[in-house]
Amino acid sequence: MSEIAERPRPQGDLASEAIALEHGMTSDEYAKVCEILDRQPTVTEIGMYSVMWSEHCSYKSSRVHLKTLPVEGDAVLQGPGENAGAVDLGDGIAGVFKVESHNHPSYIEPYQGAATGVGGILRDIITMGARPLALLDSLRFGQLDSGKNRHLLDGVVGGIAGYGNCMGIPTVGGEICFDPSYDKNPLVNAMCFGIAPADRIVKAVADGVGNPVIYVGAKTGRDGIYGVSLLASATFDAEAAEKRPAVQVGDPFTEKVLMEACLEIINKDLLVGMQDFGGAGLTCATSEMASNSGNGMEIDVALVPRRETGLSPYEVMLSESQERMMLVTTPEMIGDVMDIFGKWDLDAVVIGKVTDDGLLRVLEDGVMVAEVPAHSLAEDGPCYSRPYTIADPPEALCGADLPCDVDPAEVLKTLLQDPNIASKRWVFQQYDQTVRYNTVQRAGGEAAVIWLKEAGSDAAVAISLDGNPWYAGLDARRGAQLAVAEACRNVACTGAKPLGITNCLNFGSPEIEERMGQFAAAVQGMGEACRALDVPVTGGNVSFYNETVETPILPTPVVGAVGKLDRYDASVRSGFVAAGDTVWLVGAVDVSDAGLGGSAYVREFHDRRAGAPPALDLELEARLQRFLVAAAAEGLLASAKDCSDGGFAVALAEACFATPEAARTDAAQATAPRSALSGLLGAEVEIRASGDGVHAALFGETASRVVVSSRAGDDVALAALAARHDVPIAAIGKVTEAAQLRIDVAGETPVQEDIQELYATWSGALAQAMENN
Amino acid sequence: MRVGVVYYPGSNCEQDAVYACRLVGLDAELVWHKQESLDGCDALILAGGFSYGDHLRCGAIAQFSPVMKQVERFASDGGPVLGICNGFQILVEMGLLPGALLANDGLKFRCQDTRMQVEKTDSPFTNAYAEGQILRLNMAHYEGNYFADEATLADIEQHQQVVMRFCGPNGERGAEHNPNGSINDIAALRNRAGNVMGLMPHPERVLTPELGSADGRLMFESLRVALTGMASAENTEPLEVIADV
Repeated sequence: MSEIAERPRPQGDLASEAIALEHGMTSDEYAKVCEILDRQPTVTEIGMYSVMWSEHCSYKSSRVHLKTLPVEGDAVLQGPGENAGAVDLGDGIAGVFKVESHNHPSYIEPYQGAATGVGGILRDIITMGARPLALLDSLRFGQLDSGKNRHLLDGVVGGIAGYGNCMGIPTVGGEICFDPSYDKNPLVNAMCFGIAPADRIVKAVADGVGNPVIYVGAKTGRDGIYGVSLLASATFDAEAAEKRPAVQVGDPFTEKVLMEACLEIINKDLLVGMQDFGGAGLTCATSEMASNSGNGMEIDVALVPRRETGLSPYEVMLSESQERMMLVTTPEMIGDVMDIFGKWDLDAVVIGKVTDDGLLRVLEDGVMVAEVPAHSLAEDGPCYSRPYTIADPPEALCGADLPCDVDPAEVLKTLLQDPNIASKRWVFQQYDQTVRYNTVQRAGGEAAVIWLKEAGSDAAVAISLDGNPWYAGLDARRGAQLAVAEACRNVACTGAKPLGITNCLNFGSPEIEERMGQFAAAVQGMGEACRALDVPVTGGNVSFYNETVETPILPTPVVGAVGKLDRYDASVRSGFVAAGDTVWLVGAVDVSDAGLGGSAYVREFHDRRAGAPPALDLELEARLQRFLVAAAAEGLLASAKDCSDGGFAVALAEACFATPEAARTDAAQATAPRSALSGLLGAEVEIRASGDGVHAALFGETASRVVVSSRAGDDVALAALAARHDVPIAAIGKVTEAAQLRIDVAGETPVQEDIQELYATWSGALAQAMENN
Repeated sequence: MRVGVVYYPGSNCEQDAVYACRLVGLDAELVWHKQESLDGCDALILAGGFSYGDHLRCGAIAQFSPVMKQVERFASDGGPVLGICNGFQILVEMGLLPGALLANDGLKFRCQDTRMQVEKTDSPFTNAYAEGQILRLNMAHYEGNYFADEATLADIEQHQQVVMRFCGPNGERGAEHNPNGSINDIAALRNRAGNVMGLMPHPERVLTPELGSADGRLMFESLRVALTGMASAENTEPLEVIADV
């Protein structure tokens, strides 16, 4: 008999295997629990194991793959495993960041699902002892001709705005895509970036036997019980709406005061360790903190503040009520800690203490109701090598096989009003983008740029969140490579050097071999790109089971990249700044792959979902990014705009749309959202036709390609710098005072359009889709 | 001369206001809402944010905070009080400014740059602007649609209490230039005595062209002129950053 079996047994009903199965566990997992305990578990205990060993908490299907990702680098201060990753930003500043999904809850109840997603990622950053400085969101919905999808977009955007705005953290970027595969399974991935002193990153530890364990924040209710096991770890069925009680309700005001109080406690050095109550609530916080320190913990659930009566220990341990934190401090410091919580009018209670026996012991009014090894909950979850099959990579699409008789100018206009490409202003103006007065570049550029003013620094970070699902849908491995490349390229376009990434991997059921194959291939591709570009993965999140009644989403690896700029006031923007400047194409200037597979043009005009996504030469990509950072540092870039969705022609049009205020010939009507902006610059360029024809040249989405502009006097230096970096560059034309976009291809002029009109089309399309239906 | 920046649980612009004051050479410090005394502040700023989570009504609960008795006395004694965003909402809830702030036209939170024209420069918050000057400030709010009944409005206009109005790039007026539906395009409003002013847009978010516009800086320079008489006192000392990261 083991030591534990000789101990007094916890009170409460025993859990049979059938009860374990009802909790979403397998027979093997139940047997493993019995083996660990050397006895039959109680129902409370099986509830605790079921949430901690759920896919969401234990990463049981993904771990074997995730451990192949590169996680180390010169700048990495904290890799995967803590609440968030961290990179060194110099001057003793750590940049702390992570992205996390809240997909299923957002389909059930879009406002609260998205709001609590934001609340959750904020707590992950705060738990590291960092002050959050910026939020970004990557969103996916079905198409907006459906009222349901408009309702989802409206609710999700409202929830993000409601939470982030109230918290006083600017929401400064991200991206939104629309595709029928997300019809019944929208994606809401929220990313947060914060800063902490590099030498004071807080860990989720429960050091010091005898130290008090404090519960603080919102009271515990029945909301969100089984959130991780039912919502996040199983495929949706037709009764999804009945799961609404499992969605939590957010209260950003409580989180705001909780954040201020916790940061004050950290600043006064009154803390041993801290953990938020995320998925799996109190069970997760207690077992992880104890396990991380090799200690045990004893708590009494009768002491937990409640917002309703009659909660059982089981419910208290599994509740996912929001805005709660657990802190470990010392008996000497606890008075000061409680004073600070009192200042902020927060409920804070000592609910237990750190013990030396490695056991998580749960009491109710002094009667033991659960006792399990903390380590077994937090670390000994199952790990599966699930079978998978990876589809053969498809062949590239050939332009000659895709004849198109639509006038290129009409194609351009159609693409500009595609909600995937059109201005997202309707969304972003609902977010407070400027609070805290750090926002140098708001949403709409290549990356958000945030000044590190609060750390007393002149430096800034550039942050981008990207992931093209159509590429990954065609070839998950290359799609993931392209996601890493694009996120980092966007950061490099501002002049910032990418330092690390966080990932959110949204896939279908891991129990289906083909979907698991997509996941395995995506992780492989992501690792390859990270190694080639020298950007480690510092953390992230996996979201499986994104399918409803056997319709899976497009595999959607989303990448959040963070880079550093030495000066906040020297970031490069995406818009042309002065007439007469030279326009260049840099990177993949002449390539045989036209980038048609998965492109917006082919989706829209050929209804084709076939072929390979754009080819990616990772070596060229790495050189291109180094060149962009070097050119920005030498002040040679007037603007830089990545060619992505919609290809070269769309990138060029958007560079004209983003003419900065100061460069406009006439003051802009910024308060009139749908009227044309006056004073925009134009461009006249000439490119060579590829063998794939004019449409492919204009709208193909060839990777590693950036439109930059430079002052005429800098032309020679810019070309020389490109040569030194072994990066192809071609002068293709000029920025013009006249607000016209003229593109010549092989002696023809397929595009000659008024920029004001194109702007009106592009800027109003999303609002129209939302309001006129 | 010291500016007190009053903040409540849920405020989120207090650090920005302190930063703006210090940038123009004004001493500034935070005043927690539970304080019973203003410790000899010479001017007050009620910071923006979501005091008490906007529960009940924006600004409705903050007016009962312990420090507000002192704020009321300070204002009635003629001390300069500036309410920005939620601070404006609180001033209206307290009755220090007339009218009410309703949900925006369109019933959405709106964060955008907006233009407004300075009409009155005989104010501790606008003396450094030129009359007729058009500013580009940033706004971010849900309930900023200023409203007053007909009689109150007539009274406001008669006593020249409108300090700024929303406008287009060349000063033109009209619904397309009014970002939230405020009546008479009112963008900044003062009390009859002129020492209390409220506005929804954020002057403390437009202090340098690198972050979009520097048009808000003169509001803090105006306050410095009002308090010290110094027309130019660029702060050359490195700024002490008080934010607790």
